[in-house]
Amino acid sequence: MAIEKHTTPMLDQLETGPWPSFISGIKRLRDEHPDARINEMTNDLLGQLEHSYETRKGYWKGGTVSVFGYGGGIIPRFSEVGKAFPKSKEFHTLRVQPPAGNHYSTGMLRQLADSWEKWGSGLVTFHGQTGNIMFIGTDTQNTQHFFDEINEYGWDLGGAGPCVRTAMSCVGAARCEMSCTNELKAHRALVNNFVDDVHRPALPYKFKFKVSGCANDCQNAIERSDFAVLGTWRDDMKVDQAEVKNYIADKGRQYYIDNVITRCPTQALSLTDDNTLVVNNRDCVRCMHCLNVMPKALHPGDDKGVTILIGGKRTLKIGDLMGTVVVPFKKLETEEDYESMVELAETIIDFWAENGLEHERCGEMIERIGLANFLDGIGIEPDPNMLSHPRQSSYVRLDGWDEAAESWFERQAEAGK
Amino acid sequence: MADMREPIESGCPDPWQYMHPMMRKNFGQWKYHDHPRPGVLLHVAYSGDKIWTVKAGTQRILDVFTLRKLCDIGDEFAEGYVHFTLRSNIEYMVTDEAKVQPLIDTLEGAGFVVGGTQNSVAMISHTQGWLHCDIPGTDASGVVKSMMDELIDEFRNANMPNRVHITTSCCQINCGGQGDIAINIQHTKPPKINHDLVANVCERPSVVARCPVAAIRPAMVNGKPSLEVDERKCICCGACYPPCPPMQINDAEHSKLAIWVGGNHSNARGKPTFQKLVAAGIPNNPPRWPEATAIVKRILKAYKEGARDWERVNEWIERIGWPRFFEEVELPFTKYHIDTWRGARASFNSSSYIRF
Repeated sequence: MAIEKHTTPMLDQLETGPWPSFISGIKRLRDEHPDARINEMTNDLLGQLEHSYETRKGYWKGGTVSVFGYGGGIIPRFSEVGKAFPKSKEFHTLRVQPPAGNHYSTGMLRQLADSWEKWGSGLVTFHGQTGNIMFIGTDTQNTQHFFDEINEYGWDLGGAGPCVRTAMSCVGAARCEMSCTNELKAHRALVNNFVDDVHRPALPYKFKFKVSGCANDCQNAIERSDFAVLGTWRDDMKVDQAEVKNYIADKGRQYYIDNVITRCPTQALSLTDDNTLVVNNRDCVRCMHCLNVMPKALHPGDDKGVTILIGGKRTLKIGDLMGTVVVPFKKLETEEDYESMVELAETIIDFWAENGLEHERCGEMIERIGLANFLDGIGIEPDPNMLSHPRQSSYVRLDGWDEAAESWFERQAEAGK
Repeated sequence: MADMREPIESGCPDPWQYMHPMMRKNFGQWKYHDHPRPGVLLHVAYSGDKIWTVKAGTQRILDVFTLRKLCDIGDEFAEGYVHFTLRSNIEYMVTDEAKVQPLIDTLEGAGFVVGGTQNSVAMISHTQGWLHCDIPGTDASGVVKSMMDELIDEFRNANMPNRVHITTSCCQINCGGQGDIAINIQHTKPPKINHDLVANVCERPSVVARCPVAAIRPAMVNGKPSLEVDERKCICCGACYPPCPPMQINDAEHSKLAIWVGGNHSNARGKPTFQKLVAAGIPNNPPRWPEATAIVKRILKAYKEGARDWERVNEWIERIGWPRFFEEVELPFTKYHIDTWRGARASFNSSSYIRF
């Protein structure tokens, strides 16, 4: 049966130009897919989207849709103009957790595609901004059917709402020489410890884990996660002086003076007259720049670990916050190391669940109660690496100074310093 | 209820089973990488093994036909494995250099765009917009399609001073995130309240609590419990709208686009930075948003001409100074560029450093 296709003069303009067109893809589902349900659903979706383009207004409303046993993971969408576009009047998205690092076999992608066209619209995104596979567009009943089917062969929903969210990690050790940790293992150890908090939203607000293998932070962990794990090292970086000389032979001495030596944020590099690179490792902050420019010559050291920053988020409600260093360096090698990192995450989430206000991100709570109180609450001692600089304001009571100073010297002695 | 099945709470799947065998074999043992041409990376392991990665941009919102096409290409060239980047590009890994060019030709022939590596303009990371979001002031995929049509050469050719991350967001929550250039909705008028609906739809105390400037208070309107907004205080952020849809913030005329620059999440050379406002009042103009794209292109042109190798947008501006930036991109500087939020003082110039 031929469907009556909505005219889409504005959307049609998005089929011109060289970049792949999502409109052409949706039209293919409307025009070529063998399942009439998908033809009709995508036809009405295009109709509603054209209506949005004409009126410059969105027409989806949220609601409550979930799968049996879970409270989250679905983004429900009900159309406000469902009378005009009935076949897409329910158009929910399932958020499905990708494998850590976003690796897929084509066989698995095909299996997911087969399941999705059976129960959904046939539209999918790898991946949304939280990091989920987004299966876009199905009705309330088929949400459950699709979930049941893919859940049987190894897939689970991610988080939506005030819960632990789907985690993200960079490609890392799988294909990057900068990697200083096993990102995939850290990612899964953290998020899979909290499946209950992912699936049943009961926290003050969202909580995100992100893992980057080095300070390049390709994963954008510092700016966009409540619990950011960044790989680093604490011994000397490795320098292959022969490769340094090869680079200089290739692009010239001035290029490397202008682009490596003078760009070091702590002036930790110098180049001798015979083109030997001298690194003052005590001054190096592991920013990664020189390694990025000379990847053949410079490599992370052997004593690798992670830095953990807490409380990154975007604007709402108090403005943008970067994560703050809470663990300057932590080894992440043995099972015990991973366990203690997961325990730290539990401690932080528990403290925040107890003390955070409704709709208050962890970083906002830290802003409100103060970093020192937060550290006290999670049982971590203060460290100068947590700050850019010590306090400027003299408005502070210092009655406990002597004990605090003594505690510092005791800790230094314990650390053998 | 009897036929309901219990979910298997398997969480995040193990990627090992889906990872290219060459990446499994050399996991954590990569020595260096090279960039043989735009869109292609070569990684070399300590074992001597080599793997070439070909990166391609797609429409991101994939229909199953396109997804299967991408799988076909993966089966033909990449041993049945793919990897998605954090900006929704697809990557194919090949272990035979002879396959690289045919793979590129096949991807381009199928309508995908090979590029996006190193110092290119990367794929725009974006939100859901009118296609799926419940609070969008504009579209996302359509804006990105329009912009990438214009920026495709910058995606294909890695000839920028450093990588450029562009993001778009269809409300001020900014799911698209920080970017070297960010194009975001900026509402310019307070919400229009449908007082007949508020009491039945909104949990009023939590809506009051959402407001970052305490401009919302409970009130009786037309004899019904509702909410009112002190419009002198309101900053038009739209935070009240998601929990209370009768407080409509989106407006076909007054929801404008704003452009921000200098967001950089890398620690390389300097600490991460947040984006800063440079342009606002840009019409939200579907289906092609030409006004916003024109400004983005002006910023990219000035950056490309003026920045040094490896300088990201924020570092370039830091070096040349904001006065010259506004001059070079021909954008007005106004009182609205002066921050008024907490911590604003840190952005004022308390020195004798003046640019001429």
